[in-house]
Amino acid sequence: MAAGTANGVTWTKPILTPEIRAEISAYFPRYPNKQAVTLPALHIVNEKLRCVPMEAIPEIAEMLELSPAQVHDTLSFYGFFKAEPHGTVRAWVCRSISCALRGGDEVLDAMCNKLGVKPGGMTADGKVTLEFGECLGVCEHAPAMLANDKVYKNMTAEQAGLLADELRAQADAGG
Amino acid sequence: MADFEPVLLANVGKADSWTLPVYEQNGGYQAIRKVLGGMSPVDVIETVKSSGLRGRGGAGFPTGLKWTFLPKDHPGPIYMCVNADESEPATFNNRILMEDDPHQVIEGIMLGCFATRARVAYLYIRVEYPTAYKRLQSAIDECYATGKLGQNINGTDFSLDIFLHRGAAAYICGEETGLIESLEGKRAWPRIKPPFPAVEGAFRKPTVVNNIETLACLPHIINRGVDWFKSIGIPSTGPRDPGSYGPKLYCVSGHVEKPGCYEAPLGLTTRELIERFGGGVWKGRKGKMSVPGGVSMGLMTEKEWDIPLDFAGPGKVGCLGLGTAAVTVMDETVGIFDYLTYTCRFFAHESCGQCTPCREGTSWSERILQRIMAGKGRLKDIELLNTIGNSIGITPGTTICGLADGAAWPMKNAVTKYRDEMEAFIKKTNPNGWGVEDAVEALQLVQLGH
Ligand SMILES: Cc1cc2nc3c(=O)[nH]c(=O)nc-3n(C[C@H](O)[C@H](O)[C@H](O)COP(=O)(O)O)c2cc1C
Ligand code: SF4
Ligand code: FES
Repeated sequence: MAAGTANGVTWTKPILTPEIRAEISAYFPRYPNKQAVTLPALHIVNEKLRCVPMEAIPEIAEMLELSPAQVHDTLSFYGFFKAEPHGTVRAWVCRSISCALRGGDEVLDAMCNKLGVKPGGMTADGKVTLEFGECLGVCEHAPAMLANDKVYKNMTAEQAGLLADELRAQADAGG
Repeated sequence: MADFEPVLLANVGKADSWTLPVYEQNGGYQAIRKVLGGMSPVDVIETVKSSGLRGRGGAGFPTGLKWTFLPKDHPGPIYMCVNADESEPATFNNRILMEDDPHQVIEGIMLGCFATRARVAYLYIRVEYPTAYKRLQSAIDECYATGKLGQNINGTDFSLDIFLHRGAAAYICGEETGLIESLEGKRAWPRIKPPFPAVEGAFRKPTVVNNIETLACLPHIINRGVDWFKSIGIPSTGPRDPGSYGPKLYCVSGHVEKPGCYEAPLGLTTRELIERFGGGVWKGRKGKMSVPGGVSMGLMTEKEWDIPLDFAGPGKVGCLGLGTAAVTVMDETVGIFDYLTYTCRFFAHESCGQCTPCREGTSWSERILQRIMAGKGRLKDIELLNTIGNSIGITPGTTICGLADGAAWPMKNAVTKYRDEMEAFIKKTNPNGWGVEDAVEALQLVQLGH
């Protein structure tokens, strides 16, 4: 096994474990070609590694019978996949109109202050990555946040402070 | 109308509404049984055509008619793409259907696939909907376990697989050809049309793209009939108007007391939505303006709130259309430039970048708004916003898809309807510089996240 260092993280190659490969392969029968498994594969890798490292791209490409450039081209279109690991917990604050009208931008500011990050940033302890999102589709609960598959409703700047601690605690509990 | 009983939301709120037993106890899967028991695909298409059902995803295209564009006697495969990307700001009706009544959605997909002879349906769902994803997957699993999906359903020659396909946080994946490109594993760059998906869609095969709410209407049309469906909503006013029939899910959010998703016959007005369902404008304040059907549709003033939100209504006051019928209400404290800031930064973020007028126009307008909000606006900027608005989109013929029209309409409507307020704001916030005609530098754009 070869080791590769990039983005400050050391990846042991092959990066795709047999489990990840099996999970990706399970998607092949669903589609008429393997390229269509690009997004599912990126999601699987992203869930396991909390990112899609550059070093994983040739391995994904080989599985999908594509060139690494094709996989990277697709990946880079979607801001969702990052090359460096995001925090144990990944959180989004909605900044679209229905949330903004009820204080969404203030919630984002408060979360940033409390966590000591800019939007898109990760806390120094690696526990939480905070991003803004566009309309999360839960506008009836504006201002809203999404973290760990859970929607946080009717947020206020004060609650943002409490939630920042809660997200850190969730990270300690394994994310 | 007061006694209108919800149809699409009938099961929402019941205990375990997302499970198969509850759906079946409430009459679920009768429509597909009826169809498999003796209707042909052509019968179903004709039924849907005569019902007048129009797409709920934003464009309002007649559903049955769209299905007839599929090539006749095609050897297959034909694909169904279910559009659950639902990313139009202020819109969340698809989410509620998928979370609280996924079997209704699945039955709709079954009927749509039966009619169009599709044997595989890809349900493209935005990644921000984890609960909907889980509920749908477990509902699909229940269907396979009970022989409702898979090979030879009910012992007939109808077979169907439904696969969930997660998006990756990009609004443009809701545009039907962007969705198809994304499904195929590529960047979600919308395709130049024609060919339309019905002729050449996913994997270069004939493809039907339909919205979740559109499909959810199908079981009811089959069960209750065309006359029932046509008794709801706003009838056609002539041969060129396909009418606005059936129940509709209206979302209301922003400055109302009770934001939510409410079902009513097509043709509800914004004022009725706010007063009867939304609990009125919040905090006892006065309403000022609203987004009529997702931000792409432009801007309505409070004076226009008695226009029916049907397929023809919003256009009568200069809006782009009904869109998703998702209303965002703004009270008297919201400035016109606040509104434009939210919309312009959204479209600048979401333009796929393929067409120069859209890519440059959306980010330019965002920079103009940032400058105005920082007290450096010029009267000239109003003209600039208007010019950008008139120059980008399918309407002027400069872009591949309608995202740019959606970006343009808020700007155009704002300039038409609130020019005085815009001028006053700029003069007040930039007393020494509002008359400058020369080019001025853009502010340093704050780079936020992705
Ligand atoms: C920029 C853009 C975004 C769109 N987003 C969605 C969406 O999220 N969901 C949707 O159903 N339709 C969306 N549409 C409309 C689709 O292109 C298409 O018309 C629709 O899915 C067809 O389904 P229907 O006929 O059942 O409405 C979007 C269109 C554009 C131009
Ligand atoms: S109009 Fe905008 S979003 Fe649509 S294809 Fe062109 S650049 Fe992309
Ligand atoms: S605007 Fe924030 S969830 Fe829709």
